[in-house]
Amino acid sequence: MKTVSLAGRAAVVSIALFVAFILAWHVATRGIGSVQQMSPEYAKLMGVTATQGKSAMPGPLDVGAKLWEHLKRPFYDNGPNDKGVGIQLAYSIARVGVGYLLAVSFAIPIGFLIGMSPLMSRALDPFIQILKPISPLAWMPLALYTIKDSGLSSIFVIFICSLWPMMINTAFGVSAVRKEWLNVAKTLEVGTFRRAFTVILPAAAPTILTGMRISIGIAWLVIVAAEMLVGGTGIGYFVWNEWNNLSITNVVTAILVIGLVGMVLDQILARFAKLVTFPE
Amino acid sequence: MPDEKFISIEGISKRYAGPGGSGDVAVFENLWLGMRRGDFTCVIGHSGCGKTTVLNILAGLDTPSEGTVIVDSQAIEGPSLDRAVIFQSHALLPWRTVMGNVAYAVSSKWRRWSKAQIRTQAQKYIDLVGLTGAEHKRPSELSGGMKQRVGIARALSIAPKIMLMDEPFSALDALTRGTLQDEVRRICQETGQTAFMITHDVDEAIYLADRIILMTNGPGAVLAEIVENPLPKNRVRVDIHRHPLYYAVRNHIIDFLVSRSRTFTETTPGFDPRHVPVVRPAFIEPTIAAASGAPARVA
Repeated sequence: MKTVSLAGRAAVVSIALFVAFILAWHVATRGIGSVQQMSPEYAKLMGVTATQGKSAMPGPLDVGAKLWEHLKRPFYDNGPNDKGVGIQLAYSIARVGVGYLLAVSFAIPIGFLIGMSPLMSRALDPFIQILKPISPLAWMPLALYTIKDSGLSSIFVIFICSLWPMMINTAFGVSAVRKEWLNVAKTLEVGTFRRAFTVILPAAAPTILTGMRISIGIAWLVIVAAEMLVGGTGIGYFVWNEWNNLSITNVVTAILVIGLVGMVLDQILARFAKLVTFPE
Repeated sequence: MPDEKFISIEGISKRYAGPGGSGDVAVFENLWLGMRRGDFTCVIGHSGCGKTTVLNILAGLDTPSEGTVIVDSQAIEGPSLDRAVIFQSHALLPWRTVMGNVAYAVSSKWRRWSKAQIRTQAQKYIDLVGLTGAEHKRPSELSGGMKQRVGIARALSIAPKIMLMDEPFSALDALTRGTLQDEVRRICQETGQTAFMITHDVDEAIYLADRIILMTNGPGAVLAEIVENPLPKNRVRVDIHRHPLYYAVRNHIIDFLVSRSRTFTETTPGFDPRHVPVVRPAFIEPTIAAASGAPARVA
């Protein structure tokens, strides 16, 4: 018997599961068939669900067609309430990018400080413990009130939610650097700055990147909710807008796209993490 | 020797606060020891006698509760490039290559050197420890023995006044350990390197050291004796155990470790820690078989 590699067998199972899911979805949304008798005038007012027994949930074919439609024209702009998915995604990714990078520039230096100084670690601990569990969206009214700009407010919310995992992981990575590596630096009379960059940073980098990966995941989760709240642009607003339009097909399409983008963001960070990981 | 006190340990003690504020517990007390330039000194003692603490104090990684250490007429004030440490766990930076690890030390010592100068110096010591061709490997790709070779190259590359070794070969298998002992001996003889090593291995101490320091058991450990190695300087591994004095030294040390290290402080009332007795084993002590009147053992 021919042996297939583990990856090959896993792919076969994945495809089988996918096909089964699509089939089940298709069957479940095929239509119930119970059609009410009604006058033609009334039927015109009703949707196809009531008149032809079509399921209210879109089937996989509907979603596929909608997805194809979006892929063909991702960047159209027909005014405030009708923009291509590409444009909406670009808004969301830009907000996540800015808020996230801002968080990186704060979290890593502060994390370093906490990790290197037991005093600062203890002094800042109560603040972090209280601020960390706050839902990022709870900051939204405060942000809207002070910043007075909905776009900037959602960037602030991304900033605040990306901050904690990165800061805590950086602090942990820095404080957990092996004593012997620090002793090597000490016996070589390496100064504080050089030590931070040549020993502590490379040693803590895998842990820091793990924090950054967690953060980008959270940021992508939060941006959808934040944009639903502030509205205007972005993939979160798109989802809510399509819900208001009762276009479940578009909602399902958007869910799919959100998942794909999230995966890509995660994979980018995973690639970076691989670069700085060292085998022991 | 002109440099009788090239390195001088002067009355160092190390104490820790006892449990529940019941007074301090001394790991070791009032140690005095002079080391000559170019000497290879080994310290032997049971676990817990504070050998590693002594080495860490010499390295500047730890501070004594009392006393000072003077290296080349300067008191130690923290770690220094004058004193290189070879760690038991090799302590290589895993994200750097062999060349990177050695060059890191070189560039720490000579900060203004050009890249080419640093590379040349690092390469010299990589060649010296026999790692030519492995410069671009990372520590994870090396065997335990090769990692420790990198550790030795890194320590030597900064031309330290003294090389401090904390059981450098105890994590290696017997064959690798033998080869590395040969290497360390060759290098120290070639370069006239002053070395201070902690070991548990009596044979290793006899093979490598000019003087073997015997430490009593802790707490309150003291330096009991300095054993001058009577074996010739040009000793080689293959026939060292055939030298008439080999077992005299070996038995002397083993006797100390087995019984006297425990009772030394009580049985030696007039012991003066400032003048540690120097012993030079010079005759073959009676073997166990002869002493008990049993027939000679088949070797």
